[in-house]
Amino acid sequence: MPVPKTILAIFSGAIAVAAGIWIGQNVNLLPIEASENAPVYDELFRVLFSIGTVLFVGILGLVVFSLIKFRRKSGDSEDGIPLEGNLSLEIFWTAVPAVVILFVGIYSYDIYDRMGGMNPLAHGASHDHQAIATQERVWGGIGSGSISDKADSTISPLPIEVTAMQFAFLFHYPEGDIISGELHVPTGRRVNMRMESKDVIHAFWVPEFRLKQDVIPGQPTILSFTPTKPGRYPIICAELCGPYHGGMRSTVVVEKPSEYEDWFNKNSKIPVLET
Amino acid sequence: MIFANPSSPEKTSERLQPTGWLRYFSFSLDHKVIGLQYLICGFIFYLIGGSLASAIRVELTSPISDFMARDVYNQVLTLHGTIMIFLWIVPVVNGAFGNYLIPFYVGARDMAFPRLNAVAFWLIPPAGLMLISSYFITGAAESGWTAYPPLSITTPATGQIIWIISVLLLGGSSIFGGINFIATILKLRQPGLKLMQLPMYCWAMLGTSILVVLSTPVLAGTLILLSFDIVAHTGFFNPSMGGNVIVYQHLFWFYSHPAVYIMVLPAFGLVSEILPVHCRKPLFGYTTMVYSIMAIVGLGLVVWAHHMFTSGTPPWMRLFFTIATSFIAVPTGIKFFNWVATLWGGKISLNSAVLFSCGFIINFVLGGITGVALAQVPFDVHVHDTYFVVAHFHYIVYGGSVFVIFSSIYHWYPKFTGRMLNENIGRLHFVLTFIGFNLCFAPQHWLGLNGMPRRVAEYDPQFTFVNQLSSAGALLMALSTLPFLWNVINSAMNGPIAGDNPWRALTPEWLTSSPPPVENWEGKAPLVNEPYGYGRSTKNPKSPNDGERDTK
Ligand code: HEM
Ligand SMILES: [Cu+2]
Ligand SMILES: [Cu+2]
Repeated sequence: MPVPKTILAIFSGAIAVAAGIWIGQNVNLLPIEASENAPVYDELFRVLFSIGTVLFVGILGLVVFSLIKFRRKSGDSEDGIPLEGNLSLEIFWTAVPAVVILFVGIYSYDIYDRMGGMNPLAHGASHDHQAIATQERVWGGIGSGSISDKADSTISPLPIEVTAMQFAFLFHYPEGDIISGELHVPTGRRVNMRMESKDVIHAFWVPEFRLKQDVIPGQPTILSFTPTKPGRYPIICAELCGPYHGGMRSTVVVEKPSEYEDWFNKNSKIPVLET
Repeated sequence: MIFANPSSPEKTSERLQPTGWLRYFSFSLDHKVIGLQYLICGFIFYLIGGSLASAIRVELTSPISDFMARDVYNQVLTLHGTIMIFLWIVPVVNGAFGNYLIPFYVGARDMAFPRLNAVAFWLIPPAGLMLISSYFITGAAESGWTAYPPLSITTPATGQIIWIISVLLLGGSSIFGGINFIATILKLRQPGLKLMQLPMYCWAMLGTSILVVLSTPVLAGTLILLSFDIVAHTGFFNPSMGGNVIVYQHLFWFYSHPAVYIMVLPAFGLVSEILPVHCRKPLFGYTTMVYSIMAIVGLGLVVWAHHMFTSGTPPWMRLFFTIATSFIAVPTGIKFFNWVATLWGGKISLNSAVLFSCGFIINFVLGGITGVALAQVPFDVHVHDTYFVVAHFHYIVYGGSVFVIFSSIYHWYPKFTGRMLNENIGRLHFVLTFIGFNLCFAPQHWLGLNGMPRRVAEYDPQFTFVNQLSSAGALLMALSTLPFLWNVINSAMNGPIAGDNPWRALTPEWLTSSPPPVENWEGKAPLVNEPYGYGRSTKNPKSPNDGERDTK
């Protein structure tokens, strides 16, 4: 008995969806997750990757299938069916993308909120970061969100001032008056960075943190993150800034709190006060 | 102001113009000559821009900067981007095919303003030559095609100023063209031809021209201010003088996001002409196609800040632009489903034109999917300004627009020259281009996700192999140009004679001789009310628009 066409179509559609979802969930295209918002990012990535794969495989399949199934046999000079449109079909494929987009939008809003994107200034700005507490206009990057709040309650955030220039980053730790070309940060403690450029636009990017923020002359920007995984990761300038842009790199060293403490005490210019 | 009046014998293109090959070097007023001038001139610039791209890919086969000096690399990068956008894709999808086809489609004997049309074209070669010669004089601009200040203010001034002047001239050319297309489509339509009966390419060009006219002046103004900052040391965008660098980005992208639609909407229109002919079916969903073009035009004007998600934009602005950008995918999606539905149930000839059009559909869908992902702020903060974005927009501008340009050349070459191209060489060209393109750009998604920023001459050695893979793809793309060049040059002299209408197409450009006479039709212009009336022949042996055929 021949299988009805609709069943075949539904079946192949289901296979495309299953394959898409499987690929999206199981093929890893991303580097190590080394900050609190990296797993959140990767969750969004896997969802978008799954949806994208389903759509791509679906359309690819339809195009290839049509080209094979409906190709003109030699000698056939007839025309195809005079089909000019089909309102319900067209409504259908307006509605489906609209719903998918709506879902993606709401979902990514949620992710953005969990990363702390919605209130970059409200939290990190007020406490213990003098520079930000002043009245100057500070433009936000990803800020402190609900995830970071948990870490927040026990340990105060680590303020760092970042200066970018052609072609290097400088990190200044106001707490110990340390100036370093390498960024040292402890795991589990939120870092509040305030960044400014001395010349042209640069960008601070750590792929393992899934974060990037332009560093702009004349306009400070801020960025907060909480490192989770010890290791050495690249800091990359991501905005064309001149001939040596490709070489404008540094390293972020994420250490266990005790190791970070050692580094800090060794380099601090302000004597540690008894508590 | 003189309108070419299609129903009167009045001539707008002067009769006393050079004929033969010489007219392609003249200030011809014939829209067909101007169209081909745009096409050939654009293709020459494409070869130059392509050589620069090859130089970039050679540099990137090794992780250190060893093939050219670092500042030369940035100049090559800037020239490549500027040439490909302003001297190849924009002039060809708009100027070349627009000039050639639009008068036919509205039933006119020429464009509304033939002189302005010739001026618009003749702005391009000097602007392009000036841009390229800047490299040999003092060094070209080296701040990328985006020319963000303060970098563009601090890099060597001469190259940057020449860059600005060239882009201003090219923008002017584009505005002249846009005004001309709007006037021609709205005012020169033949009596009896309704707007909703126009071939889809007219709608695409109408939408595109609206974008051109609304947004290009903003770019012009911005670049003039930038040039003041450079030569007169004003401080509009110079932070050391109290200027604001973010304002430049807003103004720049207010033009340059619409610019991406200026590159791709006409391509959508061209595909809508090509597919029905070779599928022998009407274009599916004409009305929704028209509305989605107009929706793209409207939305396209309010999405620019998605290029600035990491520039320190406030959260509300990030959200607004995420939503607006995402929704562009809806009208875009409609068009793709409609094309697939046009294929469905057709009698498809698998020739080079169809292959390139279907290649476009596949590539563009991938580029659109990564586009929607990039529109999500949290996604974008990781991959902005990386090779992921490079992959995204090459899937759109190369996999989209350039594939369509090739498809269109295969489709209209018989009309342009009166001769047929060699189909086997055409298919070889497609296979090489499709494989080369995907090999070159697909791996770049991974590079961007894993930490390779864009616009760099040196990179982390862990990316060497994947970059070499990408360069191998680029080599294949470069090689694929050779069979194409051989095909178009050889066929112009030795190709089989095409006849008036080798594809049995219904749109008006085919209802005249190939190549067409100076004023398009010897006699009365045919009235084509059903440009997509395929498939009637089985029920009704008289094919649509039949009585209208030009009897010369
Ligand atoms: C579904 C539709 C599309 C969406 C949602 C979309 C979205 C985006 C986004 C969000 C970016 C910024 C990425 C970043 O820099 O971080 C971008 C970049 C870009 N897009 Fe698209 N895009 C779409 C279609 C197009 C089209 C049709 C074109 C051109 C024909 C295009 C060409 C470009 C270019 C050239 C860039 C890079 C500009 C640069 O930084 O130099 N895109 N796209
Ligand atoms: Cu840089
Ligand atoms: Cu855009």
